[in-house]
Formats: sequence, C-alpha cells, structure tokens
Amino acid sequence: MKRLLFLIAFALAGPLSAQDSLPPAPYAYKQLDDPRQEAEAKALMETLRCLTCQGQSIADSDAPMAGDLRHQVRVRIARGEKPEAIRAWLVERYGEYISFKPEVTSSTWPLFALPLLLLLVAAFVFRNKLGKKA
Amino acid sequence: MKQIRWTLWVPLALFGAFFVLVASQLMNPASTTVESAMIGKPLPDFALKPASADRPGLATSDMQDGQPHLLNVFASWCVPCAAEAPQLSALERAGANIVGVAIRDRPEDVAAFLAQHGNPYSRIGADDLSEVQVGIGSSGVPETFVVDGKGIIRYQHIGDIRDQDVPMLLEKLKEAAL
Repeated sequence: MKRLLFLIAFALAGPLSAQDSLPPAPYAYKQLDDPRQEAEAKALMETLRCLTCQGQSIADSDAPMAGDLRHQVRVRIARGEKPEAIRAWLVERYGEYISFKPEVTSSTWPLFALPLLLLLVAAFVFRNKLGKKA
Repeated sequence: MKQIRWTLWVPLALFGAFFVLVASQLMNPASTTVESAMIGKPLPDFALKPASADRPGLATSDMQDGQPHLLNVFASWCVPCAAEAPQLSALERAGANIVGVAIRDRPEDVAAFLAQHGNPYSRIGADDLSEVQVGIGSSGVPETFVVDGKGIIRYQHIGDIRDQDVPMLLEKLKEAAL
C-alpha cells in the first residue's frame, strides 16, 4: 500500500519541474462575455495548431503556450478583429503549419482525391465481378 | 497447372509498398520543429518590462541601434536553457551582444537561474504572455535569433546552442553587421 502511494506520488510529481510557475494568461481559460464573440473565438481556436503538442488544436491543449495563444485570439476577437485576419497574422509568423483547418492545396489534394479514386476503383471492380455472375 | 495471372500480385505489392512506407516513417519520424516565417522581416513593436532586477527590460528600439544582437528566448524552468548557458557565455566573451526574452517567468526565478548559470545578457525582457515569442515566430524555448542593427530578423537557431554552434552564430552575427 505504501509502495503504491509512493508510485502515485512520483507519477504526479514528475512534470512539475518542467513547467513555468506563472498563472495562466487572463483569457486562457476565461470565456469572452459576448457569447457571439466567444463562439467566433472558439471556432478559430479549434482550427489553430498548438505548437507544443502538435497533434492538438490550441482549444484542446493545456500547454502554457496554447493558453497564451487562446488569450491572444480572445483579446483580438474582442477588439473586433476578423478570425481569418488573426489566422493570417499567425500564418505570417509560423507558416501554413499553424493552421489546423483541412484545406485543399497543392500539397494536400491527394488526401482528398485518393478516397474518391478508391471508391471509383471499388465500384468498377464490383460491377465487373457482379456483372460476370449475372 | 493453370497459369496464375500476374495482376493477382498487385494487391500484395501495394500492401508491401504501404508497409514499407509506414515502417520507414515510424523509424524516421518527420521533424517536429516549427521554423519561424519571420526571417528577413522586422521585429514586431514591443516594450517588455525587466525580467530581473539588475538588467533593463527590452524594447524593439533597443535593437535598432545599428549593432547586431543575439536575441535569446529562454526560461528559468527550461532544462536545455541551463545546458546552453556555457555556450552563451562563450558567445558573450567573443563579443556578441546578447539580449534575453524570459518566457512566463517570475523575477526571483530568473535571478536564481542567472546566479547559478551566469548572466550573459545586456538586457532581459519579461514576456509573461508569450506575446513577443509569438510575434517573432518562436515555438519553444530555447531559441536564438540573430537580429541586425536595423531590427531585421536574420537567422533562427532552434533548440539549445551546442559547442559547434558557437562559431556558426558568430559568423551569422558578422554577416548581419555587413
């Protein structure tokens, strides 16, 4: 039992040393008062990549930097900036990689084209096989 | 025996190719560093309050004095930042003017960090909301930027500075002074 408690204590204590000790940015976890603006900010945050945990959006990540970016997004939305202008501002700094929104570009079009192609091939094969039997 | 059509091998070949692709990507993961898109562009406008008692804060205008600077993004809570401290000291001894941006840090923690690892900085700004960090396209700590005398970002070094990076950064500083 004591050993188990030690193990739990160790598991919880590990990450503390590699975190900053400042409180989260004011608008990292606090919603905007205006629900329409908050919805706009939320939609944008869900399509921006967290730079610390790169498989997550900043809306999903608890990394301090994601919190600071959420603060930036909310403050800018509250100031009246358009979501796509904020995205463009970030893309100017980090490149297209920071945008977490699936978009058809010269490098991503195979991701959209391949499923369609495979469906077509499958349909063709099915028709041939079924056609023969009939 | 009936001749097997060669096309029957196609699915297996496709699967093999898929397997090789996945295995090679697993063994050789793509780079996870995000490079700044701000190289060649001017620093954003900012004015940071001092991050420690014995050095002034940092503003954009401090880096538009005609001299190239190394802008080091660091934090007292960041382990590789401690690892690169000797290399920063070597750069300072070689004549580099190093300014610091302390990310999400408390003054007492910065002071303790500098007391333990040395203080190569002429100025240190406190970036409590990572605003300057985002403004220059930095995605983590530590990172080091070469900024020329007009405040244009000329080079970005991602991660801690190793021994072999010291002459390279001095060279970049020299290029930025031209």
